[in-house]
Amino acid sequence: MSAAKHRRTLPGFGLTMGLTLTWLSIIVLIPLAGLVLKTFELSFDQFWTIITSRRTLNALKTSFGLAFLAASVNLIAGMIIVWALTRYRFPGRRIFDAIVDIPFALPTAVAGVALTSLFAQNGWLGAPLAELGIKVAFTPIGIFVAMVFIGIPFVVRTVQPVLQDIDREIEEVSACLGANRWQTIWRVLLPSLLPAMLTGFALAFARAVGEYGSVIFIAGNLPNISEIAPLLIVIRLSEFRYADATAIAVVMLLTSFLVIFAINRIQRWSQSRMVRP
Amino acid sequence: MSAPLPLSPLRSASSSTLTEPRWIRGTIIALAVLFLILLIVLPLVLVFSQAFSRGFAAYLRALVEPEAQAAIRLTILVAGISVGLNLVFGLIAAWAIAKFDFPGKTMLISLVDLPFSVSPVISGLVFVLLFGGQGYFGPWLQSHDIQILFATPGIVLATTFVTFPFVVRALIPLMQEQGTSEEEAAISLGASGLATFFRVTLPNIKWGVLYGVLLCNARAMGEFGAVAVVSGHIRGETNTMPLLVEILYNEYQFMAAFAVASLLALLALITLAAKAILERHLDPNID
Repeated sequence: MSAAKHRRTLPGFGLTMGLTLTWLSIIVLIPLAGLVLKTFELSFDQFWTIITSRRTLNALKTSFGLAFLAASVNLIAGMIIVWALTRYRFPGRRIFDAIVDIPFALPTAVAGVALTSLFAQNGWLGAPLAELGIKVAFTPIGIFVAMVFIGIPFVVRTVQPVLQDIDREIEEVSACLGANRWQTIWRVLLPSLLPAMLTGFALAFARAVGEYGSVIFIAGNLPNISEIAPLLIVIRLSEFRYADATAIAVVMLLTSFLVIFAINRIQRWSQSRMVRP
Repeated sequence: MSAPLPLSPLRSASSSTLTEPRWIRGTIIALAVLFLILLIVLPLVLVFSQAFSRGFAAYLRALVEPEAQAAIRLTILVAGISVGLNLVFGLIAAWAIAKFDFPGKTMLISLVDLPFSVSPVISGLVFVLLFGGQGYFGPWLQSHDIQILFATPGIVLATTFVTFPFVVRALIPLMQEQGTSEEEAAISLGASGLATFFRVTLPNIKWGVLYGVLLCNARAMGEFGAVAVVSGHIRGETNTMPLLVEILYNEYQFMAAFAVASLLALLALITLAAKAILERHLDPNID
C-alpha cells in the first residue's frame, strides 16, 4: 500500500525508465544480440568444426587452463595478502593496501608492456630467472604471470571486507573452548571465508580468461603454444573470418555467464547459511 | 615431562591461541610484501624508469611527437564523449532504478552490469559484427558513406559499451540508501520534478557522481582490447594512447612507448588517490 503511494509521489518514472531501456538497448543489448544472431547463422556442424579445430582448441585450452592456474595462485597469494593486511600491523601497511588496487587501475596495455620488459631475458626479473634456466616472457609462463597480476585484486578485495567483519570474539570463544590456533582458523574462520574466497576465485578466473591487453605482449603468441583465445578472435577478424571469431566469442561468453551464475549461487548459498542459526 | 598448567586459561587464550607465533606472522607479512613489490610495484617503477631512461628532454620530445599529440587528443575526446554519455545515462537510470519499485528490477541491474563480464575483445567484436563490411548495417552504411568502424564513432561506441556500468553502479546503492522522503517533501511543497532532482537529489549524491565519473574516465582512457578491435590502427587518426603504446613497443621504440605509458600510469595513480579521498567523503565512518 505504502509502496504504491510512494511510486506515485515522485515524478518521472515513465520517462526515465523509457530512456534507460532505450539507451541500454542501443549500447548493450542490440550489439550483444547481433553476436547471438550471427551465431545462429552458423549450422551446428560449422560451429563444431570451428571450435574443435586444432588451433582454436589449443587457444581455448591455453586461456582456460592458464586462467584456472592463475586464479588458484591468486587465491593462495590473495589469502596471504588479506591476512597480512587485516590481521597484522607493519610499517607501510596502508600503502601496500592501496597498491593492491593498481592492477584494477593501470591500463592493460601499460601493464602488458611493463611486465614484458620486466620479465624479458635482459629484464630486472627476467635476467636472474634466465640464470636459473627459467624463461618467462614469450612463453606460456608469461601468460600465467600476466594473469596472476591482473587477478590479484579480485581475491583480496572480495575476501578482505568479510575477514574484517568477522567478530574477533568468535575466535576468542573458539580458543577458550580449547581449540588451538590452527583449529580455530581451519574450523571457525575458513568456513565463513569460503564463499568470498570462491567468489574472488571465480572473478579472477573470468577476468583472466577474457584478458587481452596485459597478456598479448608477454605471450609470444605462437599458434598452438602461447596463443590465447581473445587474440585468436582478433586474428580471425583481421582475416575477415567473422564466423570463426563469433564461434570462439560465444564459447567465451557462455563460460563467463556460467561463472556469473555460479557466483550468484555461491552468494545465495552463503546468505542462506548466515540466516540459519 | 609434565607441561605446567596455565595459570589463567583466558590469558593463555588471548596470547598464544588468538594470533600466530612470531615467525609465522613475519613470514606471512614478508610473503605478502614480496609478492606486491615484485609483481605490482616493480612493473610500475619500470614504466617511469624506462620513460626517463634518456633524460627528461627526450621524454618531453617523445610526448610532443605529432603522433603522440594526436593520440592524446583522441583519447581525451573519446573519454570526454563516453564519460559524458554515461554520466547523463547513469543519472537517469539511477533515478528510475533506485527511487522506484518495479518488477524485474534485479534483472535490469544484471543487464546494466553485463559489459563488466564481457571480454574486451568481444566488446569490440560486437560492433564489428554490426557495422563491419560484412556486418548487419555494413552495406547500408557504405552506401550512405557513413564511417563508424575504423573511425572515431566506433571507438566511442566500444568505449561507451565497456564503461557503461560505472556511473549507474556507483549511484544506485547511494540513492537507495538515501530513500525518497526528501524528494517527496520537495514535491509536496510544490517543487517541479527537475528542480527536485537538481536541488535535492544531486547535492546528496555529488560525491557518488564524482566517484563514478572518476572510475569511468580511468577505464575509458585506458581501454585497449575493445578499442584495438574497432580502431583499425590508422596512425595519427584512430590511435588512442594505449594503442600508440602498443605500436611504439612493437617497433622497439621502447623509450617512446614507456613515455606515453607513463602518462597512463600517472592517470591510474591519480585516480587511485582521488578514489581514496572520495571514499572518505562517501563513508565518514571509515577510519
